[in-house]
Amino acid sequence: MPERNEDIPDHNDPLRNIQPTDSDHLDYVGQQGLAVEQETLIEPDPVKREQARSLWGDAWRDLRKRPTFIISALLILLLIVIAIWPGLFTNADPRAANLTQDYLRKPDYTDFFGAGWFGYDGQGRSIYARVLYGARASITVGICVTLAVTVLGGLAGMVSGYFGGWTDSVISRIIDIFFGIPLLLGALVLLNAFSVRTVWSVVIALAFLGWTQLARVMRGSVITVKQSDYVVAGRALGAGTGRLMFRHILPNAVAPVIVVATIALGGYITAEATLSFLGIGLQDPTISWGVDISSAQKVIRQAPFALFFPAAALSVTVLAFIMLGDAVRDALDPKLR
Amino acid sequence: MGHYVLRRVLQMIPVFFGATLLIFLMVYSLPGDPIAAMFGDKAADPAQVASLRHKYYLDQPLWKQYLHYMNNIFHLDFGTSFTGRPVSEIMADAFPVTIRLALVAFFFEIFIGLPLGLIAGLYRGSIADTLVLVLTLIVISIPVFVLGYIAQTIFAINLGWVTATVQDSKDITQLILPGLVLASLSLAYVARLTRTSIGENLRADYMRTAVAKGLPRHTIIGRHLLRNSLIPVVTFLGTDLGALMGGAIVTEGIFNIAGVGNVLYKAINQKEGPTVVGIVTVLVLVYLVASLVVDLLYAVLDPRIRYA
Repeated sequence: MPERNEDIPDHNDPLRNIQPTDSDHLDYVGQQGLAVEQETLIEPDPVKREQARSLWGDAWRDLRKRPTFIISALLILLLIVIAIWPGLFTNADPRAANLTQDYLRKPDYTDFFGAGWFGYDGQGRSIYARVLYGARASITVGICVTLAVTVLGGLAGMVSGYFGGWTDSVISRIIDIFFGIPLLLGALVLLNAFSVRTVWSVVIALAFLGWTQLARVMRGSVITVKQSDYVVAGRALGAGTGRLMFRHILPNAVAPVIVVATIALGGYITAEATLSFLGIGLQDPTISWGVDISSAQKVIRQAPFALFFPAAALSVTVLAFIMLGDAVRDALDPKLR
Repeated sequence: MGHYVLRRVLQMIPVFFGATLLIFLMVYSLPGDPIAAMFGDKAADPAQVASLRHKYYLDQPLWKQYLHYMNNIFHLDFGTSFTGRPVSEIMADAFPVTIRLALVAFFFEIFIGLPLGLIAGLYRGSIADTLVLVLTLIVISIPVFVLGYIAQTIFAINLGWVTATVQDSKDITQLILPGLVLASLSLAYVARLTRTSIGENLRADYMRTAVAKGLPRHTIIGRHLLRNSLIPVVTFLGTDLGALMGGAIVTEGIFNIAGVGNVLYKAINQKEGPTVVGIVTVLVLVYLVASLVVDLLYAVLDPRIRYA
């Protein structure tokens, strides 16, 4: 945007132009800074004798009181435990098929935690066991893609926002290019090239196409923070590029990135399930809710339960992550309160 | 303003070439031989393979293939699919269907999403607000393909109100259910975005002034609040129109609609390179034009951008 330069307030300019030799001016700034610091030290909050809280401390105190946060965090914790040790919750083998008996057996709702609790699917496999074992693929894809896009997009956005100028133009155009290709379409084309698709091929495809969203958020955030007085002060005191980027700008610019990443996590889980549902995501022997929903669709009239349970598990998982993201956003962004 | 428009149009050019190059590379440089796939299980005659490769320009280096392709596109020639049908003909069949579906979905987004967001935003903390928040959260969490099957089972199979699949895509009544399913996710976002935007603008100074002046309620809401709150919503809706067309793969699959998504999905599975690249190129173009229009609209709606 060409308007950006005019957005910088004029009062920043004298500070930017300070030369290290201009000792008088520096002294003045230094004294002023000191005076402000003393003022805050002398005058603590008279009502509550608390330490000055950081944004994160503040957010954490706020989060602990939110029911949506507590519910979603507990749900996610449970899901992670299920993803790591699905065997804790069932003795049934999710891959054991039994076609000799009536294979589409109706659920036995009194058989708590038993193999037949949610019924059996079209190949006579325990749906309950498959729902539990399917959590691993979804959670792994969600978390790994989110980590990858946060690092990739965060770095690209940071470099783009910090350096500006040509670097920014080039990176922004690359982001635009990736943005022009819809996530699902691009992932379909990419994954079609893999003859054997595992969780990792899905992670690579989604991360390759998905980093741009976070890069844009990070870039915008860095551009705002870059103009803050403390960054200017850091530069004036001789801090290097790396220090300015990672000590001064990153901690203050990362909040919106974390919010968007948490909400996007649910979206990546949906994307994996959709790809698997279309037959271009995960394959056997990986157990995936998307694949199970796709195969249950053929027997939807006789056995709606075969579609219902994996679909419910998928929706609850996505819901948990979106609720968590919402709660974190509300806590980190005081404007919305 | 003129300078701004020119700048935006110029920025589109490298993005268009980059995005088409990217999709071209993804389709043609990844493993999987489309010519071998054409022969299926039969052993291919090497001479025939070579002649086919030559016919589809596949014997050239990739960059030459791309230049050749781009040159053809500027002559409105999207090439021939491996089945022998011109890609432009395939697209001429598929695009009108998807455009109709996308417009139905778009209609629902505006006429359901916006009012829901408006009510929730105006009466923050009320039962209506909570209801809208919970409902949209549920819609956002349930993947579209699950929602599609639920809707199909309930409205077509159990209640019998509509046909389970779309027989005639020119009949708008048959597109209502698929359109609603396609719109669901964006509809929820529109409602939430409107709610947030209304909530922020309610506290603006100009609102207090308008109330203090004693303006009638409908003037305050219609002229002052809505006009300012709808700016981010319009932006979202604009880019979403492009996204709806590309995102219709799942919905079109469930309701068996012969639109772009369906054709594209089959083409990807059969490694029909020319069809995939052709359709995605058009989709990228639609997306770019949509975001250009949104940016210009933004400048019209918000003078701060125009005069900055």
